[in-house]
Amino acid sequence: MDKFSTHSGIAVPLRRSNVDTDQIIPAVYLKRVSRSGFEDGLFSAWRADPAFVLNQSAYQSGSVLIAGPDFGTGSSREHACWALLDYGFKVVVSARFGDIFKSNAGKSGLLTALVTEEEADQLMTMAQRHPGAVATVDLAAKTISMDDQVFNFEIDDYTRYRLLNGLDDISLTLQHQADIAAFESRRPAFKPTTTP
Amino acid sequence: MGRTLSQKVWDDHVVRAGVAGGPDLLYIDLQLCHEVTSPQAFDGLRLAGRPVRRPDLTLATEDHNTPTIDITSPIADPVSRLQVDTLRRNAAEFGVPIHSLGDADQGVVHIIGPQLGVTQPGMTIVCGDSHTSTHGAFGALAFGIGTSEVEHVLATQTLPQKAPKTMAVNVHGDLPVGVTAKDLILTHIARVGTGGGAGYIAEYRGDTIEGLSMEARMTICNMSIEWGARAGMIAPDQTTFDYLRGREHAPQGALWDEAMAYWSGLKSDDDAVFDKEVTIDASQLTPFVTWGTNPAQGIGISEVVPDPDDFLDPIDQAAARRALDYMDLRPGMAMRDIAIDTVFIGSCTNGRIEDLRAAAQVLKDRRIAPGLRMLVVPGSAKVRALAMAEGLDQIFIQAGAQWREAGCSMCLGMNPDTMSQGQRSASTSNRNFEGRQGRGARTHLVSPLVAAASAITGRLTDPAWL
Repeated sequence: MDKFSTHSGIAVPLRRSNVDTDQIIPAVYLKRVSRSGFEDGLFSAWRADPAFVLNQSAYQSGSVLIAGPDFGTGSSREHACWALLDYGFKVVVSARFGDIFKSNAGKSGLLTALVTEEEADQLMTMAQRHPGAVATVDLAAKTISMDDQVFNFEIDDYTRYRLLNGLDDISLTLQHQADIAAFESRRPAFKPTTTP
Repeated sequence: MGRTLSQKVWDDHVVRAGVAGGPDLLYIDLQLCHEVTSPQAFDGLRLAGRPVRRPDLTLATEDHNTPTIDITSPIADPVSRLQVDTLRRNAAEFGVPIHSLGDADQGVVHIIGPQLGVTQPGMTIVCGDSHTSTHGAFGALAFGIGTSEVEHVLATQTLPQKAPKTMAVNVHGDLPVGVTAKDLILTHIARVGTGGGAGYIAEYRGDTIEGLSMEARMTICNMSIEWGARAGMIAPDQTTFDYLRGREHAPQGALWDEAMAYWSGLKSDDDAVFDKEVTIDASQLTPFVTWGTNPAQGIGISEVVPDPDDFLDPIDQAAARRALDYMDLRPGMAMRDIAIDTVFIGSCTNGRIEDLRAAAQVLKDRRIAPGLRMLVVPGSAKVRALAMAEGLDQIFIQAGAQWREAGCSMCLGMNPDTMSQGQRSASTSNRNFEGRQGRGARTHLVSPLVAAASAITGRLTDPAWL
């Protein structure tokens, strides 16, 4: 995973609540067995509408998505994060995220910045008033700057630390193989196995 | 201070406690895999030269893409076929047991775990699928994960996790006749919203829950994710133990007694304190259906489509307007006047034998409305065989429904079972999102009883009105 420190990019207002992961990428796009190329599926039903925000030229190369509350609810598909990343998004800002989406984002290198509903509304309004305006997201300082205004955002410390350092969870965990083996030796014999 | 059920299960799986506010490293007793969310995880292992640490604690099945007719022929859609073939190759290469299409134990991943007895109280269970919460009905801590985490569990049999907060959902009173576990959970979701449980593990408890069958409990825990909860759990009791005894992977002999001694302690202590508690009076519930495009946009079947202006929160107002537009409904319309052209009975929410029995009971000696398409899709090959042994397939076929093979099917339409633009369903599945059952398709979430009754009249119908 690449390190994340600061990012500046065009802010895209998505003034909708409850953007579930089926909307971010519908199931028909989940059939690929590779890890790339999911940008086609991003918001595919909504992108059929010429008025949709990503069809407006000022926002097409956006990389900071500002959405209504309850973004990323529903299905656990990490493809939702991959679709956003493959399209070019680096940051999603919302007042509430689905738990699994938020966890997936942290693993795949997409920053989820948690703000209040009022702040998200303000940011969306700014992005709507000045199409193409740039937001700067500083992960170390936990701030979003736009139009000379600075907003603080929240992210849990562990995810922040991993993103800042570009750390891969699996290699971190494998440092504790001895602990895992010791735990396994204590597991009760009545626990099931899937083999006959 | 006492501990809650979820805290006990959590504590028993900590391999390494979190340092300085970091996550605990949790041992995972079982990982279930299906073809959609696993290929990139196995690929990651291959690239890093890592094995699956515990293939014997891993189980794969094919469900999301699989066709529900003509299952002995190769899968027609080449992309779906590749995904299923990839799972088979990965299972063979990494030594993971798999129940493939055509196998007697194939089926929806959350139906076959309990059926085989690999889902047991006090376990930690994960799967790259948000409805993994289903297994919480056994007092297991079970939750959905993304593909990065699937790979992490395959490689290490552990997951770094921060303990969520705990919420008690206390349910009291007798469910009225014709009101099911599905109505109970849909009502709860409508009350608390899709984000109401975010950051929490829920424990459903109280005399109503204790009186439910395992299958009804699974329906409730299944939909925990639809109100945002990380997991939903129910303390194991005699109903749980009776369900488990004798199943293929359940402990036997002295191991059964040892397991029972452990399982019997798996309940929240009397002095345990939950971070939040909510209460539901089951005796006041009615059959419940959704009118909108998220599972929290629901209402009693005898009521009318709400007016967006009546919502207090401007965000809810906007969401309701969008939903009514997509659903092509007007405020004030009676829900019972909404005409449907499709009925789907199945899914990890309502694809078990009791669900099929309930629907069959309504459909017996009746016919579905002319022109209506009804799919009955058992949750597993075993459920299908059992239903056929009971003659339920004949009831469905004689009523005019299509009796299909097992799989996820029209719940999310990754296989050919989809709806077209503008079609409208009464569906026993779990999500009414825009486009979930097909682009432009409209979904009303209902119980199996309401689905069957609606199939007969061609409108959303409470069986009591027949």
